[in-house]
Amino acid sequence: MEKSVLKQTFDSEYQFGFHDDVEMVYQTKKGLSEKVVREISKIKDEPEWMLEKRLEALRVFYSKPMPSWGANLSQIDFDDIVYYARPTDKPARSWEDVPEKMKKTFEKLGIPEAERKFLAGAGAQYDSEVVYHQLREDLEKKGVVFLDMDSGLREHEDLVKKYFGSVIPMYDNKFAALNTAVWSGGSFLYVPKGVHVDVPLQAYFRINTKNMGQFERTMIIAEPGSSVHYLEGCSSPTYTSDSLHSAVVEIVALEGSRVQYTTIQNWYSDVYNLVTKRAKAFKDATVFWLDGNIGSKVTMKYPSVLLMEPGARGEVVSIAFAGKGQHQDAGAKIYHFAPNTSSLITSKSISKDGGRTTYRGLLYVAPNASHVKSNVECDALILDEESASDTVPYMQIQNDDVSISHEATVSKLDAQKLFYLQSRGFSQEKAKQLLVQGFIEPFVKHLPMEYAVELNRLVDLEMEGSVG
Amino acid sequence: MAIKLEAEKHVLEVKNLEASVDGKKVLNGVNLTVQSGEVHALMGPNGSGKSTLSAVIMGHPSYVVESGDVLFDGESILEDSPEGRAQKGLFLAFQYPLEVPGVSVANFLRTAYNQLRSKEHQMPVFTFSKFLKEKMKSLHIDESFAERYLNDGFSGGEKKRCEILQMAVLQPNIAVMDETDSGLDVDALKVVAQGVQGLVKNSGMGVLLITHYPRILHHIRPDFVHVFVDGKIRESGGFELALALEEKGYGELEPVPA
Repeated sequence: MEKSVLKQTFDSEYQFGFHDDVEMVYQTKKGLSEKVVREISKIKDEPEWMLEKRLEALRVFYSKPMPSWGANLSQIDFDDIVYYARPTDKPARSWEDVPEKMKKTFEKLGIPEAERKFLAGAGAQYDSEVVYHQLREDLEKKGVVFLDMDSGLREHEDLVKKYFGSVIPMYDNKFAALNTAVWSGGSFLYVPKGVHVDVPLQAYFRINTKNMGQFERTMIIAEPGSSVHYLEGCSSPTYTSDSLHSAVVEIVALEGSRVQYTTIQNWYSDVYNLVTKRAKAFKDATVFWLDGNIGSKVTMKYPSVLLMEPGARGEVVSIAFAGKGQHQDAGAKIYHFAPNTSSLITSKSISKDGGRTTYRGLLYVAPNASHVKSNVECDALILDEESASDTVPYMQIQNDDVSISHEATVSKLDAQKLFYLQSRGFSQEKAKQLLVQGFIEPFVKHLPMEYAVELNRLVDLEMEGSVG
Repeated sequence: MAIKLEAEKHVLEVKNLEASVDGKKVLNGVNLTVQSGEVHALMGPNGSGKSTLSAVIMGHPSYVVESGDVLFDGESILEDSPEGRAQKGLFLAFQYPLEVPGVSVANFLRTAYNQLRSKEHQMPVFTFSKFLKEKMKSLHIDESFAERYLNDGFSGGEKKRCEILQMAVLQPNIAVMDETDSGLDVDALKVVAQGVQGLVKNSGMGVLLITHYPRILHHIRPDFVHVFVDGKIRESGGFELALALEEKGYGELEPVPA
């Protein structure tokens, strides 16, 4: 497979729509119940406290109404979803040991190749379970832990118990509760004090079973003075019935650490992608969410940073691309709980062929948080008359001694700009590609080079045929 | 390196051109011929239709050609797209260059340069970067310019110099320069003028220099001067006509009935 991950991940023709006939080792019946939750916990042979958390979360899930804001979720049928499907008995540590069909899938997606070329470690989740997980040996020796979440719970129960739900409590929202009740898989990443992981670690999430619900749970703990860049990608087969992806990602960035979390989301356009991502940044720590949403039917996702102590910094740079039948309701939330904290939100959205993007963001500054600096910029580009974009920015600023700027723009492809580029020899199609590439450059420039090149190629592909 | 051979002669002809925008007639029968190596100055008061002429020559979609023709090397280009005209070696230096955030000057120009050339004349990244540096140096443009986003946050003068840089890099056969001199201080004007003259002398570029003020013509000596009023050329002559205009202004010309 010569094609790289992102070429595969991002193709406008959606070339990852294939599915394989992998027999599940175990699968719960469709629908959600206490029995299903107990079943999942039992299969995983979990400690009692985790089962109790799951059961409580299930009650919270039932008690909370569906969100009345954001995208239309009325068509989700919770009884028509498979909540747990286990493809293998345990994660392999070598691609050789991954069952053939699944290995083929990940090879088609370019994962082993990417791992060899430029990753410090890789994980691969297939439906509910992680089927592969590996970390570069030198990092393992330095004490870095990169495991699937289930193994993380078994091998580092004290850490998981301490931080699980500490950033995103189950009461936070209906889908965080659902995830807590039925979570399976995801990554557990622990970076010891002062350790810098020089190249990214990657986890790839693949849904294969029809009507699958994927509920991975990821936890990243960066000890003081450490740094790490975690990348996640995802895709799914082309089915005509809906799937649900509802992950929870918690990041704890301790003093002076830096965590970058990069997402390239490219689910097929029948997936509801309802994800809660949040980080706590302590003294002088920086958390950077780089969040790219290309696929899915509906995405509701607002990566958040809680700035807990002075010197903490939160950044969210995102792009959303909504094509036919897609609604990307995405944005960012920053909470300044301490003085001398800073934040940056840059959101870029593109809608075409009747797609819809919504920027939804919150900037909160607590009464005691003086000398806060924040810069919010959201720009929407609408490529045709059928498409739409909304901007819903909330600001709650409770301290006067702050420096905050907010800028929002909505634009269409400027005919004068097209003419300018055409006069330099660019065809109309190339001119549009160039303008869009320039538009998302603030996002692309933060990607590792291999991904940046492919993302630009993807955009070219997405733009093909859009010349009106 | 250039798109044409030294000996090649090109000619842009505008014949009885009438054009309108939003239903309003702006060009009322323009006749003009610009050949390789010639510098034509087109001078006229504001609102006389000078910029419209440049836009129509380059194929702006908002303008409707009512009658007449624009020919390049004897063939009508009215059916050509703007990029088709660029392929033939036409260039328009914009009065108000547009900002393209996220696209660096270097990347933009390399892509533009290569797509205007056949495979064997295209330049790989490193070669082009050297080529671009030389061009920037000759126009007194700082090296850091190459990595800035095209016209994004540029001052008025920087935008104009960037247009000249683009022209110097793309090396067109015939260039239309729409009020390139406005917004330039004297020093910048001299540099721009030197650049244009260099292109005329070395590559035989033909120039249609559209301007409101005679000032630039002291730095780029035109071979022909045309006075443009009410959408057509009222009077043509040599450099002395520009000097006369400098003295008397357009005032004496305007009352003359069309």
